[in-house]
Amino acid sequence: MAIQILMPALSPTMEEGTLAKWLVKEGDTVSSGDIIAEIETDKATMEFEAADEGVIGKLLVAEGTEGVKVNDPIAVLLEDGEDASAADSAPAAPAPATETPEAVAAAPVAVTVPDDPELPEGTTFKSMTVREALREAMSEEMRASDDVFLMGEEVAQYQGAYKISQGMLDEFGERRVIDTPITEHGFTGLAVGAAFAGLRPVVEFMTFNFALQAIDHIINSAAKTLYMSGGQMNCPIVFRGANGAAARVAAQHSHDFAAMYAQVPGLKVVMPYSAADAKGLLKSAIRDPNPVVFLENEILYGRSFDVPEIEDFTVPIGKAKIWREGSDVTIVSFGIGMQYALEAADRLAGEGISAEVVDLRSLRPMDTETVIRSVQKTNRCVTVEEGFPVGSIGNHISAVLMEQAFDYLDAPVINCTGKDVPMPYAANLEKLALVTTDEVIAAVKSVTYR
Amino acid sequence: MAGKKPNVSKEELLEYYREMLLIRRFEEKAGQLYGMGLIGGFCHLYIGQEAVVVGLEANAKEGDERITSYRDHGHMLACGMDPKGVMAELTGREGGYSRGKGGSMHMFSKEKEFYGGNGIVGAQVPIGAGLAFANKYRGNDNVSFTYFGDGAANQGQVYETFNMAALWKLPVVFVIENNHYAMGTAQERSTSTPAIYTRGEAFEIPGEAVDGMDVLAVRDAGAKAVAHCRAGKGPYILEMNTYRYRGHSMSDPAKYRTREEVQKVKEEHDAIDHVREMLLTGKHASEDDLKAIDKEIKAIVSEAAQFATDSPEPDVSELWTDVYA
Repeated sequence: MAIQILMPALSPTMEEGTLAKWLVKEGDTVSSGDIIAEIETDKATMEFEAADEGVIGKLLVAEGTEGVKVNDPIAVLLEDGEDASAADSAPAAPAPATETPEAVAAAPVAVTVPDDPELPEGTTFKSMTVREALREAMSEEMRASDDVFLMGEEVAQYQGAYKISQGMLDEFGERRVIDTPITEHGFTGLAVGAAFAGLRPVVEFMTFNFALQAIDHIINSAAKTLYMSGGQMNCPIVFRGANGAAARVAAQHSHDFAAMYAQVPGLKVVMPYSAADAKGLLKSAIRDPNPVVFLENEILYGRSFDVPEIEDFTVPIGKAKIWREGSDVTIVSFGIGMQYALEAADRLAGEGISAEVVDLRSLRPMDTETVIRSVQKTNRCVTVEEGFPVGSIGNHISAVLMEQAFDYLDAPVINCTGKDVPMPYAANLEKLALVTTDEVIAAVKSVTYR
Repeated sequence: MAGKKPNVSKEELLEYYREMLLIRRFEEKAGQLYGMGLIGGFCHLYIGQEAVVVGLEANAKEGDERITSYRDHGHMLACGMDPKGVMAELTGREGGYSRGKGGSMHMFSKEKEFYGGNGIVGAQVPIGAGLAFANKYRGNDNVSFTYFGDGAANQGQVYETFNMAALWKLPVVFVIENNHYAMGTAQERSTSTPAIYTRGEAFEIPGEAVDGMDVLAVRDAGAKAVAHCRAGKGPYILEMNTYRYRGHSMSDPAKYRTREEVQKVKEEHDAIDHVREMLLTGKHASEDDLKAIDKEIKAIVSEAAQFATDSPEPDVSELWTDVYA
């Protein structure tokens, strides 16, 4: 019986892709293992192999089609003896044994970048992914100063494990875009030494999970030396990479380190949500004379946002941003947590609850003033993050509000966080382990006594 | 060496003598101040190992960097840092190199290209290679002197660094100060192969064992290593066979070795006695000349101790400064 060939998922976070090229045509005989198409994901162009043998009965999706959803039929394979007419009635190929995960991170509903009073009037915007924004930030800073260089695993010839540095080797050459061996401890220490000597390294960790191997140098070497040297020796370095859960990569690849790094004096810690903030904050981080831990998120890499078209656009470290004004409750979040916060705010608006959403953007220094001012207006606060609950950023915000805005609070602050368990692999458990929009909505209803 | 006239001038020999003596007297004084409660925390003395750093510094030129472990007082004095500032850091005073915020293990001098003073065993090794990376990146011919001990030589990051330093041909001289005890653990109890200098072979890094108690042997080996690095040929390993006379730190009773063992090294292999002998037999100096030098060094050390005692504790406002640049 004819079977449908489906658009494959070729990375943990892929939801759709481009059918870049067919390598077979209708009527061709294929065996399992034959490469039949090239498919472009958000990260790379991948070859796609046939899993069964037969004759290509029909190509359902034309070459060059963008936005083909994972699991959409793209071709029909005929078995021995079948003719092309069978192609029309082909059932889908058997579904994968496990339930196909729903996209872990649903696209936020109607996210529009709020007006930024600090942007000049008449500023135009360009839609750009977080990935492109990060690349632009690094490239612009590298053009501006020869002291800036990028170092990490697969950043050069492979064009970046998550394609953040795509094209940068071509532009800057191997002196400044440097592939390292897989030795986080060693290359992080080495980059710290280069920073002590006055260069401005950008160290890419493929993910921050692997930076645990290097955390001694991030904390003991980079963060503390300025103080220990009585102000003589600063360490202008950026540690950046994907942080937190991606999708279905389980406990050792899904840890949100925001609260851990935010605890360390001497480090600056930023965790942007939008592409504009990713770009502006990364440029600020590269120029900063201090070590900056720059926490990205794999799921956000492919998201598009409006980025101001301003020459040399930067965002100051240590300044929160009010994404959405409201009067009934303040929802404080950062990084990917913002998508739950914004989605919750949208749904709550439908129920007549007006939520103000504050994106911290920087975790150290943290703009608690903006949070306090907002809570003075709304008298209620819910925090949202994907990290573990104990010693979380939300815990800190709660403490600050208790100490500095106690009289303004009409309800206890509720912290919505990831669950207190290592990240499970199973799709349903993973969803439960992460913070959810429903939890944020429930928390808001609780603090607003609805 | 017998019969061979050492290739060294009288001035050089006197200079080495003076520098080694300064380190020894300084360290003795530090030990004394520790005993008086003026120095706190951990304090690791360099007594016995003086020839290593003095011999290597003889090869350094303007712009070369140096970095070492927590046993760092000798390295600071040898690269020309002010004994007063070093001693005042030991006492935790305002006049110290880190204004009292670093202490014995964490001292730095941007001016003298001294990058610490590192309290984490082995952490200075990749950092030292990073200093060398910066030299190569900038296209100068400076060299990074990266010191570590026989204990640190078992840290994984050392081999990660060897790999990258060889791969990228970084101008770094890895100086292994093998004093045979990683704190209280004798080398044969911690280290599978005793010849640490051969550990670069897997990375094709040349290595050499050197008598670290002989300042001229150190200097000459250093010259070869430095020339190799400056010529762009990549890293070089020097294993200095040396010995520390005192405990690992001031609080170490050193029960893991016999008093006789220590005494034997002091009597037969002391680095300073060796130079003193050369000066006298070569008729480069008289007993009186050397006594005059001793006196001069003692004065420098007393002055440093006085400064370190008189200098006030840091202002309380210092608690909050230098967290961010």
